Amino acid sequence: MSAHLPAARVISALVLALLAGIVSPSHTWAAANSQVAESTLPNGLRIFVKTDRRAPVVVCMVWYKVGSMDEVNGTTGVAHVLEHMMFKGTKAVPAGEFSRLVAEAGGRDNAFTSRDYTGYFQMLHKSQLPLAMKLEADRMANLSLSAEEFGKEIRVVMEERRWRVDDRPRSLVYEQLNASALKAHPYRYPVIGWMSDLENMRVEDARAFYDRWYAPNNATLVVVGDVTPQEAYKLAAQHFGPLQRKTLPVRKITEEPQQRGPQQLTVRAPAELPYVLMAYRAPVLRDPDNEWEPYALDMLASVLDGNEAARLNRNLVRAERIASSADASYDGIGRGPGTFYLSATPTPGKTAQEAEQALRREVQKLIAEGVTAEELQRVKSQAVASHVYERDSMYYQAQQIGSLDMAGLPPTVADLFVEKLKLVTAEQVQAVAKKYLVDDTLTVAYLDPQPLAGKKPSAPPPGLRHAQ
Amino acid sequence: MRSKPLQLFATVALLFLAQAAQAILPIQHWETKRGARVYFVENHDLPILDVSVDFPAGAAFDTAEKSGVANMTANMLRLGAGGMDEDEIARQFADIGAQFGGRFDPDRAGAGLRTLSSSNERGRSLEILGRILARPEFPAPVLEREKVRLIAMLKEADTKPDTIAARTFSRMVYPAHPYGLRSSGEPDTISKFTREDLLAFHRRHYNAERAIVALMGDVTREEATAIAEALTAALPAVAGAPPVLPPVAQLPKSETRWITHPSTQSHIMLGAPGIRRDDPDYFPLFVGNYVLGGGGFQSRITEEVRQKRGLAYSAYSYFAPMLREGPFVVGMQTKGEQAREALGVVSKTLNDFIAQGPTAKELTAAKNNIVGGFPLRIDSNRKIHDYLSVIGFYDLPLTYLDDFTKNVERVTTEQIKSAFQRRIHPERMVTVVVGPGDEKSAQAAH
Repeated sequence: MSAHLPAARVISALVLALLAGIVSPSHTWAAANSQVAESTLPNGLRIFVKTDRRAPVVVCMVWYKVGSMDEVNGTTGVAHVLEHMMFKGTKAVPAGEFSRLVAEAGGRDNAFTSRDYTGYFQMLHKSQLPLAMKLEADRMANLSLSAEEFGKEIRVVMEERRWRVDDRPRSLVYEQLNASALKAHPYRYPVIGWMSDLENMRVEDARAFYDRWYAPNNATLVVVGDVTPQEAYKLAAQHFGPLQRKTLPVRKITEEPQQRGPQQLTVRAPAELPYVLMAYRAPVLRDPDNEWEPYALDMLASVLDGNEAARLNRNLVRAERIASSADASYDGIGRGPGTFYLSATPTPGKTAQEAEQALRREVQKLIAEGVTAEELQRVKSQAVASHVYERDSMYYQAQQIGSLDMAGLPPTVADLFVEKLKLVTAEQVQAVAKKYLVDDTLTVAYLDPQPLAGKKPSAPPPGLRHAQ
Repeated sequence: MRSKPLQLFATVALLFLAQAAQAILPIQHWETKRGARVYFVENHDLPILDVSVDFPAGAAFDTAEKSGVANMTANMLRLGAGGMDEDEIARQFADIGAQFGGRFDPDRAGAGLRTLSSSNERGRSLEILGRILARPEFPAPVLEREKVRLIAMLKEADTKPDTIAARTFSRMVYPAHPYGLRSSGEPDTISKFTREDLLAFHRRHYNAERAIVALMGDVTREEATAIAEALTAALPAVAGAPPVLPPVAQLPKSETRWITHPSTQSHIMLGAPGIRRDDPDYFPLFVGNYVLGGGGFQSRITEEVRQKRGLAYSAYSYFAPMLREGPFVVGMQTKGEQAREALGVVSKTLNDFIAQGPTAKELTAAKNNIVGGFPLRIDSNRKIHDYLSVIGFYDLPLTYLDDFTKNVERVTTEQIKSAFQRRIHPERMVTVVVGPGDEKSAQAAH
């Protein structure tokens, strides 16, 4: 979810990209993330700086450790609504001025909200870094949040929800799967919020959220580009230093109770093709030095779907022709619980259930027969290469550092990940598949396509559309 | 805060003056023995090579009867070539971490890759790329499978309001031009063409003499020369006159179409044929469009539709310059009941802009952003590689990037006003609305 359209890719791309490619270079020329400098201001603002002098530009990001998982029933979506309102002015910088000042400085800016965090960024010429910091520091503490601006912006967010979710059958499938798979943990809320909560939301809700969570000691500044750590620290101290730290609320996150058996649901929506999405509970990376399962799960997802030669594509799409597409992904870096996803679009004439059975057969085959050394080596080579390619994007590097930090992980995990991936064995991949891809913690969602003609245009409020 | 922008602008201007003496990007350019044009920027900061070979072989080179052949040809290059089957190609690329990238748009088609520059990885990946470009096999069983997949995807896409709007819009803007053909082809044309059609299309359009090779990254000039030769040496020779796209006819009158769809939002598109890549009005229209609907929150359309009225999450305008006149598009999505209101707001915004042009202040703001943000356009290997490919394909001057900011600076409010008045005619535009309700019910709602 982002305030402007162009960065819409941010949310979903992030986790996948992270998992697809956090690896370490085997060559000396690749600047490792161990070269990320770190500092903390007295008021608690954490700062990461990575120097990249390939172009005279910088990326400046401010991350707040607050996302939709910090919301409560009745005000779902407020983290994202607040992200939009962050562009609506302070006393010193009235509504609309933030983006105008960045634009006139030749910069681009945007923001993103996820379950775990809310982030804001500017990309600009290095001489404009002080402007970015000045503006970010100002809105960290002085947001106006006028009822008038809120009244207009909440309508924009409702349009965003219609566009992203309500009119996209597969987004509905994901949203409802998520709300069904989890019974208690706030990861069950859609980041954009339920429509009825958006309708009921008032500016006071956004203000309360802002007052509670927006503070230097709940934020991380990430700067990547043509700047030294010392220069960046100095600017940060100048602009963010005077802000007061706050007493943050105790985070009372409901733990998800153990799932005790498979669940399934069906979403009916206008579409041509069926679709199946399967979600298994999985662990997340908490102790990067000592755990091995998350790396093995990442390897498992890559063996199934990490490259064009991987199993799902080769077997289900090319050879058996049961699916026109088939995917696997592991969501293992985050503040909340992890998930391992399998999904497929059946070829015409096949049902979603047949595609599901095909996915299950691939999993069973892997559990029974294991993976080959060649498959493991292929994924490892890809990981090494991807880690080098990532360095072509300053934006990506900044985003990687920020999102790791939000998950409580140091930036060095980006390099560690590939070293750990290199150590993953065939037996470990088999073991995590056997342990985690089990029916007891599975939730399956089917898209049951409906004809376009004869459908009523209006739908019941999405809040009432839980499938179970 | 008021005086800040001027100050900022001065800084940026000075910066560019200081750099003016040297080329921003030293582009090396030559032709291969077979006449392919090569564009190369040598850069050793990262151990990466980006390389692509493109041809005038995009969807606009399809005929209506065999619409989709161009797309399927490009799509199937890597699905069997030079004695390797699709699995072997996929495995070999994956084994060395090479990322294959096809290109396909109305004008261009081709293939490329990103690889580590170390000699083993680079050598192996380029060898496979060479086979893919010159000796694709288009195996019949794979073609049958890909047809089934593509037709299924198209049928799925055709249930989506944004696809329906874009397809309808395109057909109405280009009723008699291949730019109006669906780039992937239609289910009924796809089901008919054969392997021989793909082979013939490849022979006719993937010629060495018309190839554009773009290289960016960690190789020397000598290595780049050898790579370009190797990639183009085995390409088919030109047979017959170069394929030429027909001229685009201007629309004779306005036309509006409302299509009912069970979505919550209406998808709205307005537009007409716009500009060519080598158009003399390119810079006035490009800078002017920043003010109209290309400059995000700084643009009038976003201000009127989103900021003032909360009618849409995204509202924009753009030009898509191509070999011939690519489309000028204004678009947005809004709740069904608001479609008529939103359409009124955006039409008025467009008409006012055409009548009056931008203000001096708006033009300054646009230039500040475009000129000041120029370094962001070339801050990665990937972006530079993309520019090389565009400069080559559209035969833009090698100094295109060096001249870019000067060309932007030169634009005046009068030029923008004049260019928009000459080129964009609201009385001869297409309007498409796809969403809940038809024109009558949408009117009744207001």
